[in-house]
This record gives sequence, C-alpha cells and structure tokens, in this order.
Amino acid sequence: MRFEAPETVEAAVSLMAGEPGNAQALAGGTDLLVQLKTGRVSPDLIVDLKRIPSMVAITQEDGGFRLGGAVPAADMLEDDALKAAWPGICEAAHLVGSTQVMGRASLAGNLCTSSPAADTVPAMVAASATARIVGPDGSRDLAVEDVPSGVQKNSLKKGEVVESIYLPPRPARSSDAYLRFIPRTEMDIAVVGCGVSITLDEGGIVTDAKVALGAVAITVQVVEAGAKAIIGSKLEDAALDALAAACSAACKPINDKRGTIEFRTDVAGVLAKRAAKIAYDRAAGVTA
Amino acid sequence: MSQLQISTTVNGDPVEFLCEPDESLMDVLRDRLGLTGTKEGCGSGDCGACSVTVDGRLVCSCLVLGAEAQGRQIGTIEGMAKGEKLHVLQQKFLEHAALQCGICTPGILVAAEALLKENPDPTETEVRYWLAGNLCRCTGYDKIIRAVMDAATEMRGA
Repeated sequence: MRFEAPETVEAAVSLMAGEPGNAQALAGGTDLLVQLKTGRVSPDLIVDLKRIPSMVAITQEDGGFRLGGAVPAADMLEDDALKAAWPGICEAAHLVGSTQVMGRASLAGNLCTSSPAADTVPAMVAASATARIVGPDGSRDLAVEDVPSGVQKNSLKKGEVVESIYLPPRPARSSDAYLRFIPRTEMDIAVVGCGVSITLDEGGIVTDAKVALGAVAITVQVVEAGAKAIIGSKLEDAALDALAAACSAACKPINDKRGTIEFRTDVAGVLAKRAAKIAYDRAAGVTA
Repeated sequence: MSQLQISTTVNGDPVEFLCEPDESLMDVLRDRLGLTGTKEGCGSGDCGACSVTVDGRLVCSCLVLGAEAQGRQIGTIEGMAKGEKLHVLQQKFLEHAALQCGICTPGILVAAEALLKENPDPTETEVRYWLAGNLCRCTGYDKIIRAVMDAATEMRGA
C-alpha cells in the first residue's frame, strides 16, 4: 500500500487514474479508516486530498458557496455567512457523528460513501447542490442526487474525485431545514431524514421548493409532488397534508432494526411537514 | 509496504517517526512515540477515548492516518499538565471524582479543553452535546459534566 498527499487536483487525479489496483481518496477518513481496520477495503493506494488548497476551502462564488471536497463539517459550522444562507445544510452537517467526527467528516465524503441514511445528502439535494467531479477526462458538474447509485455505491468513474460541492445563489426570502428521526438525541443513524428548501414571495406565498428524503429507499429520494403540494401555498394545513402524503408515497423503505416500513413511511410525512415549517419561518425571517 | 518518514509536532515538540501507510495516528502515538495516554476504546471513532487535536481541531486519532500528521501540530493528553502542575480540568476531575477506571478520561479531558477554548462559558447542554462522542461506562457522566462546568467557571476567573 502507498500513501500520497498531492498538492494539486491534477496530481490527485493522475495518481488515482494511474493506479492499476484499488485507489481510495481520503477526505475526512471517518469511513475509510474504519473500512481499512475491518478489512472491508484493502487499497493499493490512498490519496489524501487535504493538502490541495481548493479541497479545504470554503469560497463564495457567483453568489453561491463552493465547499471543497475535504472541508470538515466543523469548518462549515464556523462560517457565519454559510450558516446564514444555508442553515439546513449546516444543521445536517452538525448531525454527522460526534464533535470529533465533525472535525474530519466532509459533505463530499458523506455523499461518496453513499449510505442511504447519510444526513447531509437530503439537505444538499433540497438545496439543488451540485458536485464538481474531476477526473482524467476533465471536470463535470453533477446534481448531488445523481452521485449515489446504490447502497455504498456511487457514479464516479475510475480516477474521479469530488473536488467540491456548490450551493447555488439564494433568491431573497429563501431558506432550508433538515430534520431526522432517531430514537435518542445524539450520535445515531437516521431512521428517516428530510431536507426542505423554500423560497417565498413578498406576500409569504411559496414560489419555489425542493423536498428530499433519506433512509427511505436505496438512494436519496427527490419528492417533486411534495414540492408541488406547497408551491403556491402559505403552508396551510391542506398544503402540509398534501406534502406529507406525497412524501409517504415516495417511500420505498426496508424493515430493519432501526424502523419498520410502516413507521418510516409515516414519519417521512411528519418530518416533511415540520421541516417545511422551519424552512418557511426562516425564509420569512421569523426565526434564524 | 515501505514505511513513511513523517516529521510533525507533538505537544509543541518536533517529532520524527516511521510508520506504515495504513497505520493510525493513535497507533503511532502509543506504539512508536510511547504516548500511551491516548487510549484505544473502539478503534472506529465511536467512543472518543483516542481524542487528540490536529492543528487545534478535535479528532479521533484512530480515524487519522499517522502519515497525515506530516507538518501538522498534534496535541495529546501528555501536553495538558505543565510539569507537575495539573490543568484546571484535570484538578476538577479529581475534586469531583469524575473518573473511575480512567480509560475514557484522557479523551474527555482533551475534548473538554477543546470545548473551553472555543466556548469558555458553555451551558450544561452544550457540554453534554460536545462530549456526546466520549463514552464512559463508569461514571454515568454527571460528575464529568459537573467537573467541566466547574473548570469553566474557574478558568473564566468568575
């Protein structure tokens, strides 16, 4: 096994693409190190991305935010402008493991690990975030929801890494929220997670929305019918009930030790209503 | 596997070591540098017993490769007391009997010190959430929380 810590994206891609065996990119390492220890992966090459300046930087770009592929959650939670623009993304990042894990774990890592229950992924999808993927054939931007392709599988090709996550510019009166259900208060894996992003007009009517669910299917689910149910409303009870019904209908969950199919299906609707209300109040300036 | 030569700083002192590419920083600290205050609980980032700081950021050293330490500033429990003089947190842990078997204690002290640097006046809830990744099977946590709160008060000079 080799360990490399290149200082440019080009060098990282060249190393990853040129390795004939198994090459693993190392961002925060909170999954990779566990897999190394248990023997689930035995890479021939580990490429640490954290010496690459763009990989560890949060920058404002064209009115949005670009978060380097190895930016730890802890850095995000110290960025006041990011927290103000994307409170839902930040609260999802704040739910990833312990303080220690947040010192390392990144959005891009959470995305590429492709756990169905990843907390930050529904929040990023609701935000219409894109992943900038670099590889031997150059760079491409992919919608976040198109990165996970299965349980712990992603659509990256050999030699590709996520250089950054881009959060687009926010219109006025826009905000987001992320909620998950766990049976305790901290340090657990989502039974259901829900991200909602909302934009309001001056009269408080929802003009745009995106709703995403985690842990209710093999990959993150975009619930277009849920967004349609609240667009044009002020989140009156009927709109919220329609949102909940659409979210429950979008669930294709499994039974496991954390929750049953029936429970997940029901809770998805409950969380969607609550997350929508939080995002609405934030967008209206009622709450931070 | 060929070993890597790493130059780093541990508790302010320059340190050089050789390690395997897949060797964790925790194993390097304990087995190569003799800094056995950092404990292995789970080895998978769940328990916090191996907590250290890397460039000031609190992490689990079992989830960091030794090779990643190149050029970084590592902080461990061994850097906490100044000679014979205990850190306020250490003193308060003794006064409050905030430990029993002691395996989790170094990690909790390192984590609590990182908290108080960032937030010198935390609420009890903030302390509990910050330390949620530091598991203790002896104390039931209450004395730990009280010791941290008391240390915070004393460190603020209040």
